[in-house]
Amino acid sequence: MTIQKTASPGTSRPVISRPATSRPAKSRRRGARYVTAPIVLSAVVVVLFALFFVWPGLLGLIYSFTDYRGVGKLDFIGLDNYAELLGDEDFYQALTRTVLYVVLYVPLCYAISLGIAVLLVNLHTKGKTLAKIIFFIPWLVSPIVTGVIWRWLFGESFGLVNFVIASVGGTAVPWSSNADLAMVVVIVASAWANTAFSMLLFIAAIKNVPTSYYEAASLDGANAWQRFRAITLPGIAPTSVMVVLLTTIGSMKEFSMVQALNGGGPGTENRLIVQYIYETGFQRAEVGYASAVSMVLMVVLLAIALIQLQFDKKAKSDF
Amino acid sequence: MTSSTQTRPSARPATSAAAEPTPPRVRLNRRNKRATRARRAVLPTLALWIPVLLFLFPLLWFLLSSFKPGGELFRYPLTFWPETFTLDGFAKAWERVDFARYFGNTLFVSTITTVLTVFFSASTGYALAKYKARWLNVLFICILATTMLPTEVILTPTFAVIRDLGLYNTLAGIIVPSVITATGIFMFRQFFITVPDELIEAARIDGVSELGIFFRIMLPLAKPIILTLAIFSFQWRWNDYIWPLIVLNDPKQYTIQVALRGLVGAENIDWTVLLPASVISIIPLAVIFVIFQKYVMSADLNSGLKD
Repeated sequence: MTIQKTASPGTSRPVISRPATSRPAKSRRRGARYVTAPIVLSAVVVVLFALFFVWPGLLGLIYSFTDYRGVGKLDFIGLDNYAELLGDEDFYQALTRTVLYVVLYVPLCYAISLGIAVLLVNLHTKGKTLAKIIFFIPWLVSPIVTGVIWRWLFGESFGLVNFVIASVGGTAVPWSSNADLAMVVVIVASAWANTAFSMLLFIAAIKNVPTSYYEAASLDGANAWQRFRAITLPGIAPTSVMVVLLTTIGSMKEFSMVQALNGGGPGTENRLIVQYIYETGFQRAEVGYASAVSMVLMVVLLAIALIQLQFDKKAKSDF
Repeated sequence: MTSSTQTRPSARPATSAAAEPTPPRVRLNRRNKRATRARRAVLPTLALWIPVLLFLFPLLWFLLSSFKPGGELFRYPLTFWPETFTLDGFAKAWERVDFARYFGNTLFVSTITTVLTVFFSASTGYALAKYKARWLNVLFICILATTMLPTEVILTPTFAVIRDLGLYNTLAGIIVPSVITATGIFMFRQFFITVPDELIEAARIDGVSELGIFFRIMLPLAKPIILTLAIFSFQWRWNDYIWPLIVLNDPKQYTIQVALRGLVGAENIDWTVLLPASVISIIPLAVIFVIFQKYVMSADLNSGLKD
């Protein structure tokens, strides 16, 4: 295939004879030759990005200043939606519940996936391959089925957990009628479902830490914990930032699993923010108001991302 | 706690002591050595396998329960192992839920989206890796932003866009918006950066067109990335819930996840149907995972997401 027939010597000659770093005039001409190719290659992604990110983003911003209900003309009401939002207790509840969920779940998921990853690259651990596969199974299970599995396990009157508690002499725990306990179940179920992905990231990162560092530390008499603190943790810092960022954003948009697990119950007490947007935007058709909530959430997410990227810079420069 | 047992990552092949030159005076006799090795294995192995069992248990309980007959499901005392194994629940679930249709829809959506995702991620990743232009840097930042600001957050306006494009209640309405994934584009960009520029230069000298280089040289080179992303993308789409829920209105178009939601969202959940139905819904992905396990587990995800 590479045997060409039509390459004109006029165009290919300068390319070979010229070293990579050459005068700007020439390199600009050379660059111009490759203008169309990247446009063709990425055109579809650019169009889709414009259609499904830029357009909805702008539309949401516009909607948030209207009382649009899904049909009819846009009727601008200024900042009324945002003013109403400030006094909306349901919104605050959804937001605080989401923050609580993120604050508890992200560190838990981080600790579990890092701990497991460390054990899975440990030289002395037995049965690593099988263990890795088992840890990975929850990744296959859809959020809806994850909800079903944990609902079945933690059912108040029929669940195995309460049965075990009762048979050792305890009283049935209100896993679904107590809001805080229901949140605990949501957090545990999320950690179960999402550990696998972070674990893979950590395994790759730990394997990339140069072994010589550990050997040198061992010679200096550092114990396992010291080696972990002083070598592994700083060595995987960029991945840590990435994992925290991805799990934070993933948990900010949590919706499906909770839908199947308890539907944000008891009542609406554990309603998370995306569910709140879904219910106002689709079930109550208050598109304008839901868009205002979306805009606030976007600002929150952007702030989180910017803060964490600062950590990322620091993490990369430290090691 | 568990991490304190960490010693050395096995980045290098498991050569262990055998390949290391041991000075004669330190050399222990073989039995002694095996004993120390066993002793060193106890703690990390235990620390690993206790969480393994904890992870496995909910799934086992769920699987075993799906084989219990209706009467046994709620009969106290609960038994871990079903007294009578029965497939009645599965038969009932198969009858109640039109799996053939939902699997068909889901398979269609997942396959088409995966093919498109892989192809366009590869081409964009290649453009980002191998061409220099200011607008490409901007595009890269934009794609980065999509991981930070997922579309679930702007649910209602995105729905309005899908509706205005005439995609409401069509399977295309869930395929088209999910084609772009930042993860996929990063994976390919990262991979193509490692491909030496000389390869491209040589092809150019041979007169291969720019697109020819991508199709005939780069795409075949990226086969491992293609497979990994294909599996990931297929899993994402198979398990997608929120978009199918919003975009699809006609039950005939439902994907399996939305159909399952109909069972779990009912006033009184019929567990005798829900449990087997949920088990059935996992089977296709489980089969794919068994076949391609290697590509998922060894995926160098880091390279895709770090940058």
